[in-house]
Amino acid sequence: MEAFKQHKGLVAPVDRVNVDTDAIIPKQFLKRIERTGFGQYLFYEWRFTLDGKVKEDFSLNQNKYEGASILVSRANFGCGSSREHAPWAILDYGFKVVIAPSFADIFYNNCFKNGILPIVLSEEEVETLFQATAKQDGYALHIDLEQKIISDNAGLQIQFDLDEHRRQYLLQGLDDIALTLKYEEKIAAYEKQQPAI
Amino acid sequence: MSKTLYEKIWNNHVIIEEEHKPSIIYIDLHLVHEVTSPQAFEGLRLANRKVRRPDLTVATIDHNVPTKDRFNIKDPISKQQIDALSRNCKEFGVKLYDLHDVDQGVVHVMGPELGLTHPGKTIVCGDSHTSTHGAFGALAFGIGTSEVEHVLATQCLHQAKSKTMEVRITGELKPGLTAKDIILGIIAEHGTDFATGYVIEYTGEVISNLTMEERMTICNMSIEAGARAGLIAPDETTFEYLKGREYAPTGADFEQAVQQWNELRSDEGAVYDKCIQFDAAALVPQVTWGTSPGMGTDVDKVVPDPAAFTTENERKAAEKALEYMGLAPNTKMTDIKIDRVFIGSCTNGRIEDLRAAAKVVKGYHVSSHVNAMVVPGSGRVKIQAEKEGLDKIFIDAGFEWRDAGCSMCLAMNPDYLEPGERCASTSNRNFEGRQGRDGRTHLVSPAMAASAAIKGKFVDVRNWDFL
Repeated sequence: MEAFKQHKGLVAPVDRVNVDTDAIIPKQFLKRIERTGFGQYLFYEWRFTLDGKVKEDFSLNQNKYEGASILVSRANFGCGSSREHAPWAILDYGFKVVIAPSFADIFYNNCFKNGILPIVLSEEEVETLFQATAKQDGYALHIDLEQKIISDNAGLQIQFDLDEHRRQYLLQGLDDIALTLKYEEKIAAYEKQQPAI
Repeated sequence: MSKTLYEKIWNNHVIIEEEHKPSIIYIDLHLVHEVTSPQAFEGLRLANRKVRRPDLTVATIDHNVPTKDRFNIKDPISKQQIDALSRNCKEFGVKLYDLHDVDQGVVHVMGPELGLTHPGKTIVCGDSHTSTHGAFGALAFGIGTSEVEHVLATQCLHQAKSKTMEVRITGELKPGLTAKDIILGIIAEHGTDFATGYVIEYTGEVISNLTMEERMTICNMSIEAGARAGLIAPDETTFEYLKGREYAPTGADFEQAVQQWNELRSDEGAVYDKCIQFDAAALVPQVTWGTSPGMGTDVDKVVPDPAAFTTENERKAAEKALEYMGLAPNTKMTDIKIDRVFIGSCTNGRIEDLRAAAKVVKGYHVSSHVNAMVVPGSGRVKIQAEKEGLDKIFIDAGFEWRDAGCSMCLAMNPDYLEPGERCASTSNRNFEGRQGRDGRTHLVSPAMAASAAIKGKFVDVRNWDFL
């Protein structure tokens, strides 16, 4: 996996609580057997009308958010289905960072497996970012994962918290399976004392 | 030191535990289905890895399966996904219950039915409703596809220890009320993220008195509360359910297993990180009105007014939900007319659910403007229901009687709502588009769904005139 150290990019808002993974990637697009190509279907039913026309009022369809790579949203982002197609779609669309006051467990975990950084900020800090994206076209943030700092050009600086293991995981772009296989002997020893089903 | 049930199962499965790192835990059972596994198998192939324990891995096909004319899969991409699972299982030596197999079904229905789910096991599946298996006192949870690949390759998982929460159900469950109403009621009261970061253990006399099917309904929707998993301590009801099932231990092994399983309960004085209580005595049949499982209320109440919500985010969410659902504030829940009824899913597609629905339906006919269907959770459920004549009750009443699959719970197969259609559904999620684009889902119990089918609108099933 590609290592994640620093990131600078345009911020796009999706102003809803409880954004579920069905909304992020509707089920009709889960039938592919590849990991790629899901970006075109991201938030599909919010981006397009029934007859496939672009919904102008949805934030990601507005010109000023074109090319955004940092997504900011509300509490309990990524709830519902465990589908990893959700982070695949987010990544494939071009987002590298998602910021919200809280994330659902499985989605949060899935992000790290795909080199996406999910950042938890307070409700107030997230509100500040929403207001900044509304006020200023081309509002961008700089994310420094080494220092765990988010900053903008106007002097905003927010220190964020992240589990150290997860931080290292992204910084080094680690491969979980290879890590686990280093413990082969211990796994085999454990298996010896377990009955089969 | 006193331990909770969760801590006991956890301790039994830790292989590596280091400070400030997630632990590596062993997985006893890995369930696999066609939607979240193709990329995982592909990953194995690319890295030239094998499935470490094909004997602990069991696959079935459920999400894409047509429930009518099931071998005629018209959607070529669905077919491709189903074929991919068959190929992968063959190549990697994994047992597959396919469409020709009588045990095929929704993975969380057929797994327990086969006796694969045992107390104390760690169970994962690339599916959030894996929490269902917690009803047996197994630590069971959903994982993403990268983790599916990890478990296939290593039979282990990196996992941080969760916090523990006791949800104690007090009072007595009144007639007409079901396990579905309990879990919908809890989520309506506490929200869809009150258990994020926790494993819930459901306790109390109400829980002890529930059947395995009912316990599975409750644990199933733990994920809708944000929980990592739901647990219920195993007891005689659990052992009785398991006895004689294909993958359950037999003879002396079974007796020995029961002895071990009996240890799997939270010790007296064990400390949970959080405890909440829920009063079942005050419970009224639940119906959701919005687009999140927490947006629910009592059937004898009205659709809430968004203006009554305290925070702006809640208000906005309620406004958006009502707009999507095509509902006006203060509409009586019993005035909401429905177009479709779906009885099935890993939440409520088991034999008891069909019995409860059939009891309501018997002697009545589905309302003329309603299209209703029953989708058994597995091939075995279907056969059992037919043995009991439930199929006839449903068919005579005007229901469609289908084959097993996930069906309109997530509408990946040909069963889905048309735009604007309103459905009384026994499934688990009322998200926008979940049952079909612009479809409107109301989550209810099987008895409530059945009565809604007959009357064409929601009715309070506590007043039902059983014929």
